[in-house]
Amino acid sequence: MEQLALLPEYFRGHLTLTIIALFLGVAISIPLGVWAAHSSSVKRPLLTLVSIIQTFPSVAILALVVAMLGGRIGSLPAIIALVLYCMLPIVRNTVTGLENIAEEVVTAARGIGMSPRQILTKVRIPLALPVIIAGIRTATVWTVGLATLSTLVGATSFGNYIFTGLQTRNLLSVTIGSLAAALMAVILDSLIGGLQWLVVNRNSELDMDRHKVVKAFVFSGLIAAVGLSGYSLMPDKEVDFIIGGKGFTEQYIIAGAIEEILQEAGFTTEQRVGLGSEVVFQATANNMIDVYLEYSGTVWTNLMSREDNPGRDTVMLEVGAYIAEEHGMANLAELGFQNLYALAMRREHAESLGIRSISDLKPFADGLVAGGDLEFFGRPEWVGLRDAYSIDFKEKLTFDTALMYTAIAEEQVDLIAAYTTDGRVAEFDLVILEDPLNAIPPYDGFLAVSGEAMGNRLFVESLSPLAGKISVEVMRDANRLVDVENLPVSAGVSYIREAIAK
Amino acid sequence: MIELQNVWKSYDFGKTFAVSNMSLRVNRGELLGLIGESGCGKTSTLKMINRIEEPSSGDISVNGEDVRLQNPEQLRRNIGYVFQGIGLFPHYTVAENVCTVPQLLDWPSSAVLDRCRVVLDMVGLPAAQFADRFPSQLSGGQQQRVGVARALAAQPEVVLMDEPFGALDPITRADLQEEFKSIQRKLELTVIMVTHDMTEALLMADRIAVMRQGEVLQIGSPAELLNRPADPYVQKLMEMPKRRADRLEQILGGDVRLGAEG
Ligand SMILES: Nc1ncnc2c1ncn2[C@@H]1O[C@H](COP(=O)(O)OP(=O)(O)OP(=O)(O)O)[C@@H](O)[C@H]1O
Ligand SMILES: [Mg+2]
Repeated sequence: MEQLALLPEYFRGHLTLTIIALFLGVAISIPLGVWAAHSSSVKRPLLTLVSIIQTFPSVAILALVVAMLGGRIGSLPAIIALVLYCMLPIVRNTVTGLENIAEEVVTAARGIGMSPRQILTKVRIPLALPVIIAGIRTATVWTVGLATLSTLVGATSFGNYIFTGLQTRNLLSVTIGSLAAALMAVILDSLIGGLQWLVVNRNSELDMDRHKVVKAFVFSGLIAAVGLSGYSLMPDKEVDFIIGGKGFTEQYIIAGAIEEILQEAGFTTEQRVGLGSEVVFQATANNMIDVYLEYSGTVWTNLMSREDNPGRDTVMLEVGAYIAEEHGMANLAELGFQNLYALAMRREHAESLGIRSISDLKPFADGLVAGGDLEFFGRPEWVGLRDAYSIDFKEKLTFDTALMYTAIAEEQVDLIAAYTTDGRVAEFDLVILEDPLNAIPPYDGFLAVSGEAMGNRLFVESLSPLAGKISVEVMRDANRLVDVENLPVSAGVSYIREAIAK
Repeated sequence: MIELQNVWKSYDFGKTFAVSNMSLRVNRGELLGLIGESGCGKTSTLKMINRIEEPSSGDISVNGEDVRLQNPEQLRRNIGYVFQGIGLFPHYTVAENVCTVPQLLDWPSSAVLDRCRVVLDMVGLPAAQFADRFPSQLSGGQQQRVGVARALAAQPEVVLMDEPFGALDPITRADLQEEFKSIQRKLELTVIMVTHDMTEALLMADRIAVMRQGEVLQIGSPAELLNRPADPYVQKLMEMPKRRADRLEQILGGDVRLGAEG
């Protein structure tokens, strides 16, 4: 069980993120709630603000936090985002709890001579405590769930199982990750629930034995949780290089291959894969990640905002210059394959029509049915193709990616827009049609390397031999092993290493 | 000693007055009964004395010192207060409730504990049995007695009581009235006691102030009020206990004592 070996590390990561975020969330939210309960001019805006934060898509918050920290990835942005997210139930319950205390009790406290601060700490907060704890309970369950998304910004959590699993179609991995997160939520929830029970039932002397049992359970549980996450806070062992990666199969495979090569060269390494595209680029620019697989077209369109296409070599050159000058990074090696949208047909179908490139398609186009994934026909790539070749199809259907391959295999569509390195292109024996007019910008895979790592000669010497060694067919086959044949990522890594060695 | 001079109180910026032009004086060691119909301003008067509410105008002094010149928290800690709604702290035990004020005054903890036992005994709640209970585990009358014990705990010289015996059965009530009266005499407490019950006022008060719609109609000893009522309302109020006693006598055909009435 390759998967279960990762459990302790993911567990620690997840627990640490959750506990720290909750501690900070509680430490910030309760005083804010107290303030809001005292001043109605604070209450409205504050409650509105924390509610609005809640409505932001969580992935967007993560991306914003990373951007605001200047591209910093790892636990810090994850914790900040989690804290922002867990504030609403705590602030709201603190306000409600404090406001719903019987007026006569507060009057009595004032009347016997308690100061405003004493009324707050001796009367109002203790009486509001069950409600406040109920808010913390809600926040806990949310935080455990949301912490899975921390994987996207490079913090370890059960999300590593889930995102890797989703991308490599490993349902077992997804299931382990989800179950583990759910279990953690249930356990933390019952611990805090026990605390709440203790607070509510502190008045009943009847249940003394039960009281003791619950107390022992709650406190040992909480101490264990805090202790474990405290232990995890000890600085990680320093590694020489950190390998990054985005969240899809080929990225996992290449990251694995790089890791093996670097370890064989005697370096210690760590992987941070499954990151958002923007996040991994920023992190590398900031020397927090040392190397990852990037595509020329991604930088060209997304970061340089270019829409023209001066050809594969020129784009690669300009991209290399851009990342060096603007971000202090370098293009260490072009691997030899491109991963881009391309039109693909069944091999015998294409051959029977004599079609090899998109130009050949033109006489047949208005009789053909095309399939695309959910976004293809709305993307600039399609618009570029359509205008450059002045073609259009009889019908354009959109599919979920998996269904799209079934559709072409069963001849419901004549051609599809596929990713060139997708394993299923090989699986279903499709041919990629050439693009002689360069309508689609090139997406050459290359190793993007941080400025710091470029300064290490052995590092550069270890990885530069990869240049030109991975053809699109090799990459496609490696992807197929994982995506179609459901083998572990390590099988794809071995396959790539063999191809490189040839 | 408590003194109010031309005190006005409005909760709605002068549209209506809960207390209007009130002047009265309670001498050291005196128990003043404050009586009047619901909403006539009794609680408002007490609250202004320990500054839970501030008067709209007028002067109030306690022990010869203007209350506005005193730190409100210090002032309140030195005045015992029995609240109309009792207002026990639900998360504190009986002992903790009773000890709150001595603790606020930083008494040494042994003195606090001793005092707690003494005042609980005083109100007829043996500490051994009741000290560790929570208010939710007490009857309404027991809660009220804890309220009285809390007011007396810090040995105040001035005590304000807002219907302190309302929820008690007639026998306990009579016992406690007597008990309190003797404590008050012995310690020379200066007390204002709000009540709805003229019998209670007659039995306990040195002087009685009758209020109506925010105004004091008359202040005087029970005999003065009985013999020279300044107002038909006062007269009617004073005749109540007598009239009820007469009616009871009629019904029972025997001798009925005022003190046993509920
Ligand atoms: N905090 C407040 N805000 C506004 N109005 C108030 C407030 N407290 C009291 N009042 C009003 O002031 C008037 C006097 O109230 P107060 O509580 O002093 O009456 P009371 O004599 O104690 O009556 P009861 O015998 O029913 O306790 C009432 O009309 C009441 O509605
Ligand atoms: Mg009242």
